[in-house]
Amino acid sequence: MAKKKRNDDTQLNSEISIEQRETEGLSLGTIVRRRFLAHRAAIASLIALAVITLLAFTSVGIVIGGNGSLITDPNTGRLAVDGFRVPGWWTYNWYENYDILNPGGTPTMTLWPLSPGEHPFGQDTLGKDIFARVMRGTQQSLTVIFLVGLISTVLGVVIGSIAGFFRGWLDSLLMRFTDTIIIIPTLVLGAVLGRTFGGNAWSLGILLGLIAWTGLARLVRAEFLALREREFVDAARVAGASNFRIIFRHILPNSIGVIVVNATLLMSAAILIETSLSFLGFGITSPDISLGQIISEYNEAFKTRPWLFWYPGLFIVVIALAINFVGDGLRDAFDPRQRRLPRTDGAIQDLKRLIGKRRAGK
Amino acid sequence: MLSFIVRRFAATLVVLLVASFIVYQLTAISGDPLAEIRASRDPNTQDRLRYLTGMLDLDVPPFLRYFYWLGGAAGCLVGRCDLGVSIAKGESLVTEALAGAIASTLQLIILATVLSILVGVAVGMTTALRQYSGYDYSVTFFAFVFYSLPIFWVAVLLKEYGAIRFNRFLADPTFGPWALTLIPLLLALIITGIAGGRLKTRIRVFLMSLVLSATLLVSLNITGWLTSPSIGMVGVVLLTALIAGVVLLLSTGFGQRRAVYVVGSMAIATGAMWLPGQYLFYYLQGPLGIVAIISIMAAIGVGLALTFGGDARVQIAKIAGLVGGLGGLVLVIDEAMQYWSTYLDLIPLKTGFVSTIGAVTPTIGREENMWLSLLDSYAHLILPTAALMIVSVAGYTRYARASLLEVLNQDYIRTARAKGLNERTVIVRHAFRNAMIPIATIIAFDISGLIGGAIITERVFAWDGMGALFSKGLNAVDVNLVMGFFLVTGLLAVIGNLVADLLYTALDPRIRVN
Repeated sequence: MAKKKRNDDTQLNSEISIEQRETEGLSLGTIVRRRFLAHRAAIASLIALAVITLLAFTSVGIVIGGNGSLITDPNTGRLAVDGFRVPGWWTYNWYENYDILNPGGTPTMTLWPLSPGEHPFGQDTLGKDIFARVMRGTQQSLTVIFLVGLISTVLGVVIGSIAGFFRGWLDSLLMRFTDTIIIIPTLVLGAVLGRTFGGNAWSLGILLGLIAWTGLARLVRAEFLALREREFVDAARVAGASNFRIIFRHILPNSIGVIVVNATLLMSAAILIETSLSFLGFGITSPDISLGQIISEYNEAFKTRPWLFWYPGLFIVVIALAINFVGDGLRDAFDPRQRRLPRTDGAIQDLKRLIGKRRAGK
Repeated sequence: MLSFIVRRFAATLVVLLVASFIVYQLTAISGDPLAEIRASRDPNTQDRLRYLTGMLDLDVPPFLRYFYWLGGAAGCLVGRCDLGVSIAKGESLVTEALAGAIASTLQLIILATVLSILVGVAVGMTTALRQYSGYDYSVTFFAFVFYSLPIFWVAVLLKEYGAIRFNRFLADPTFGPWALTLIPLLLALIITGIAGGRLKTRIRVFLMSLVLSATLLVSLNITGWLTSPSIGMVGVVLLTALIAGVVLLLSTGFGQRRAVYVVGSMAIATGAMWLPGQYLFYYLQGPLGIVAIISIMAAIGVGLALTFGGDARVQIAKIAGLVGGLGGLVLVIDEAMQYWSTYLDLIPLKTGFVSTIGAVTPTIGREENMWLSLLDSYAHLILPTAALMIVSVAGYTRYARASLLEVLNQDYIRTARAKGLNERTVIVRHAFRNAMIPIATIIAFDISGLIGGAIITERVFAWDGMGALFSKGLNAVDVNLVMGFFLVTGLLAVIGNLVADLLYTALDPRIRVN
């Protein structure tokens, strides 16, 4: 009996391909997680993002509530931020002027011996600490990224799935609405809205989230149009599932790959749009700061004080790059056709063979 | 087909109307256009306020005012455009402000788009052909980096390193020992990566390109070519021969004797045209001379091919005509380069060739000499074009790579290989054309989006185009100016969408419009 079963098994196994055999008996989540963990660039990027987030939020502390404007504290006579500020471990903050330490405010960070010094990223003409400013700017930019990712993903998924699932007039209506938003360049719509409602990270993040969902909605709709014709949807309907249940329990989990990947790419676009708007003066505006706003403020100082310009830009690039790599890793992980076979030809293999031959000769 | 176009157009027109309504309302509520005047202490403030309110219909709520604007804009359909008056532009007509801005922005965008497509597709497709090689990985990595660069940040860096430092280098162009070792090494690595192949071929290619590029740099040093660059007759022949080689490699290959002879002789023909060309440019001033030389060269190519082409004369005629046209272009560039030192002398303050600000140098009599104005436009276009290209090239590289990889996995490619076609025919004829279908549609979409993206580039390089118009308009709550900007981008987007649809159906016969 047992022997016969094994025979059946091999019979069954011979019909599935090599690629399938590797993932046989694993859940989708396990397969995706394994593939993602094997993507070294994505994992490194994820770690880098975590480190940057931790650094930005713990170093200069956070402000809860308030409108971000600067006020003079009546008790001490010093400047303070409106709202409840939780201080961080960094001694300086981003709004007060300090004594200029190095001539011209050059960075005190030295590589040998490795030490950050008092103002590692330098100071500006007024003596503000650039490290604190960059950290605060990173906080704001990360907040915008998070809000845009959250809001536009929810909006895009809901609108796209309703349009794709119900089709008909609802679909046309929603898609024409999507077209309307798409036809206005994102930067233009963001600037017009940002001038009225923008100013701080929360408002800018929310309004960018309200306009950035369009591409995702189209993709989700296309996915739903294809999936709703599949047998498992018919089966669910025959079993008496409601539309709501079919959408959220049956079709949505099947299109999770498209959604996750594009939500990530949307977030990397979000930081570039936010910094661009702030650079133009329509996004996060003074006295609140963001990475783009810092660059805009010190734009002319590049020749004399390049550090005012290098560090905020570097943080934008690293964050955007890291998110892009995570997105790439996710895409590879979710795409079942992505399958890397080890190369059997090419120069490196030749070299290995050559070395192997040498060894064998000896 | 026609009904499809009409239906599509009507649908997008409605979308455009609604979008314009939204932009109008949002701009109108974003601030008070008269705030500055209200705050002034001038005695005739009241008169001025009344005058502007009447002219801009500010006493009408924005909801209704939009329809006034729409009425004026609808006049464009019958040739009487009235887009209102712009207060940010000194009460001039919006149509006038737009006319100048569109021309200057299009100049920027067309060049950047064409170059990005050429570079992006070429790089992307070569990475697809060398999938999972070191070259592929490095290009992918740099594409990601470029894609993540904020354009305003890159632009400032470009200004410093691409213009100011580069101009300083051009003032005394000699390569130091570091540059002489590093540049050839880097070039050789890149070329080896693209060429690929087994270890032996790689070593050979690497050494060859290393020696070649080092010799080139050293000879540049010795002859001082960079101080007064010129092509000359010999250079024209060599460059055209190079172009002929590339075109042959991509089209028929070097196996077809007749094609090689005909196309190769085009290099000599271009060299022979060098001296007559000088006279032609002297007598035919203006753009007519450029068109004339290019068409003459193309005609020579086609004529040669039709006479000596043998059985494949039509196919060879296409290639020879292309090489001839490109050879004519080389002649044009050669002519423009002859004005190099004259142009450098005309630049105020002697800042050097690459310019960082604006679109023209006002002191150069652009009307008097076409070649000088060509060089001047080129000098001003380099930096903004480079800034715009960095991001789009990265995008096109990714698209082209993905698209070609998708096609290469198709069964008909396997069939083409199985029936014994050589690799070039498989790639160029069968794979490349099909891989271009999705890219063509993406390009059509992108062109409309680029105008929006040029806002920042124009700001950084003080380029007086559409983007500057928009920022100026929005800052002054000048609704008419913002709407003028939106009308142009919106119409371009509509046209882009339509072109994308039509391209898709034209390129891919499997797709039916209905």
